[in-house]
Amino acid sequence: MTDATATAAPRPHGAGSLLAQDERTRRRNKAEARFRAYGLSAVIIGILALVLLLVSILSNGLSSFRQTFITFPVMLQAERLDPEGNRNPAEMAEVTTFGYLPILAQAFVEHVESLGIEHDVGLRDMAAMISDEAPAQLRARVLANPDLIGQTIEVEVLAGGRIDGFFKGRVTLASAERDRNVTPAQLVLAQALAEEGSMETRFNWSFVTAPDASGQRPEAAGLGVAIVGSFYMMLVVLALALPIGVAASIYLEEFAPKNRFTDLIEVNISNLAAVPSIVFGILGLATFINFAGLPQSAPIVGGLVLTLMTLPTIIIATRASLRAVPPSIREAALGLGASRMQSVFHHVMPLAAPGILTGTIIGLAQALGETAPLLLIGMVAFVREFPAAPPEGLFDAASALPVQVYSWTQRSDPAFVERASGAIIVLLVFLIIMNAVAVILRRRFERRW
Amino acid sequence: MNDMRVTEREVDDLEIKMKARNVDVFYGETHAIKHVDVDIRDKTVTAFIGPSGCGKSTFLRCLNRMNDTIDVARVEGEITLDGEDIYDKRVDPVQLRAKVGMVFQKPNPFPKSIYDNVAYGPRIHGLSRNKADLDEIVERSLRRAALWEEVKDRLAAPGTGLSGGQQQRLCIARAVATNPEVLLMDEPCSALDPIATAQVEELIDELRSRFSVVIVTHSMQQAARVSQKTAFFHLGELVEFDSTSKIFTNPDDPRTESYITGRIG
Ligand SMILES: Nc1ncnc2c1ncn2[C@@H]1O[C@H](COP(=O)(O)OP(=O)(O)O)[C@@H](O)[C@H]1O
Ligand SMILES: [Mg+2]
Repeated sequence: MTDATATAAPRPHGAGSLLAQDERTRRRNKAEARFRAYGLSAVIIGILALVLLLVSILSNGLSSFRQTFITFPVMLQAERLDPEGNRNPAEMAEVTTFGYLPILAQAFVEHVESLGIEHDVGLRDMAAMISDEAPAQLRARVLANPDLIGQTIEVEVLAGGRIDGFFKGRVTLASAERDRNVTPAQLVLAQALAEEGSMETRFNWSFVTAPDASGQRPEAAGLGVAIVGSFYMMLVVLALALPIGVAASIYLEEFAPKNRFTDLIEVNISNLAAVPSIVFGILGLATFINFAGLPQSAPIVGGLVLTLMTLPTIIIATRASLRAVPPSIREAALGLGASRMQSVFHHVMPLAAPGILTGTIIGLAQALGETAPLLLIGMVAFVREFPAAPPEGLFDAASALPVQVYSWTQRSDPAFVERASGAIIVLLVFLIIMNAVAVILRRRFERRW
Repeated sequence: MNDMRVTEREVDDLEIKMKARNVDVFYGETHAIKHVDVDIRDKTVTAFIGPSGCGKSTFLRCLNRMNDTIDVARVEGEITLDGEDIYDKRVDPVQLRAKVGMVFQKPNPFPKSIYDNVAYGPRIHGLSRNKADLDEIVERSLRRAALWEEVKDRLAAPGTGLSGGQQQRLCIARAVATNPEVLLMDEPCSALDPIATAQVEELIDELRSRFSVVIVTHSMQQAARVSQKTAFFHLGELVEFDSTSKIFTNPDDPRTESYITGRIG
């Protein structure tokens, strides 16, 4: 603020020409130009960081929506898949995936031979090009439709993670030399199969619909359970945090007397919003799981913890939007003989609603991306079973999107890097949708008064 | 002061609608109203005049207990409506405010349709049996507020879209629709242009045939034009309360005289 203490002797403004800038004006303009430059560079740095983040996530993660599949005919031998010959699903279920594995492997080897491709891949290595998940998928298909037994069907099975990585550029002939899980010969064969049309990399819905898979089968891992779990938690948060938060805000803002006690509550709510989220996780573990005896890894517990976290956000947003409603509206209603509650519900709430909704959605979006507290209440567990429909399903074990990202980044197979980035993309898409809804609601319901 | 049309009417024989005795109002430590006694007569326009901050609004808001909504405000003394103490514990201010309506300084229509603005009071007080009834109340109130001709074709349009003068008349219609016995108006014309002011003043004169009206005003000309009784407040005290003609032509108190001749305020 050197301007304020300018040393130039006071001089009547009329003394200089308007066409020449005087010393003071020049300095003021310079200061302004400097400030603008700071601001602009701050914005540019921010945008660059964002672009960098998006580029790295998209370039790492987009490939997770594509997957390599191998297509070949399989003869479903009745004597091996249904030894009793009754086509009774219960009996057939006794044949485990280990019964299906050799059939698939044999069919694949025969298929390669029939194409007449020259290669030097051993039988064992050739079978290893198929995902470990493939026998399970075939088994599920056969159990769902026992009539298939005895027929020769065209199957489309997942290729192994390394083979898939080869088509996505993650695995190369050079890296295969050093990799115990894949040989260059396998890659050459895969390339040949792709040229024959038996191997194809294409869009893969099961990345968003399938459940997680074990660390050895990155190609089969999906986000289904995590998405359902996150969705259930959002339901719980919405059902609890919105009514509780709005009721608390209306009470504090419109009814409560202004005294020490309500001041204290107010300060505490603001502080609650700043409590590190992991603390809520510990709280949830202690109260909901250890004390109340709710199951671990359940969306209900996650939802309750996230509700606690979201409440301050919703209360602060709701109170701000209630406060933004001009007092003249309340006076008008009260002056007409409306009760306080009528004035709030008939006049104040409709005006505050867009702000409340926006705050709620932003709170939900925050909760959706929250990871730390969920780790503490066991949401990080490996869950392959989809939870049932709510309300019972709220008590089943499930995962959550951000936790899935975390647990995938912990796994050793490099294919999970791609999957974690893909999960981040899905999470970001949900967040963008929620924020867009918030913006639209605000635009739509915003009214002048 | 020569251009003033002092409306002199015989009002003394009308019954007293509201009576305030020894009223004190405190905002925390601030003593805003000091020992005020006022009688509000039925079917009469009573004007409160006085310099800014002398407590006119404060006293007006005591008459329908709007001060209850201010946490720090404390009212002492006795105010009656038809002989009943309005600050009695058994009185529900909500019921009181249905009888003692209020129009505020700044027009404050609800951000709803013109129709809904006027219909709101009758709806919450159950004054209409059916839609036709309500339509009639709305039309009657808008006519009484001299707004009907201007808005009858757009009752569904938002009340906030009207001009300032129209908005204030809408607020008056809204207040009139609940059928109050006393209508309090806190500087109802201060946000209006001269033409709208003239319309509202005309309106006030008409309203007098059915209600008793209490109007706070900054403008002495306005007080002289519309009121039969005038109360002059100064620094929280009621300095003089008499018929308007007496206050403006022959005030007893030197402070009143200074104010109306422009020496204080
Ligand atoms: N809500 C309030 N809280 C505290 N003091 C107030 C409040 N409203 C008015 N006052 C004080 O009471 C006095 C009278 O105010 P008011 O009745 O609004 O005056 P007028 O309407 O005559 O201009 C003023 O000194 C004002 O500062
Ligand atoms: Mg005032």
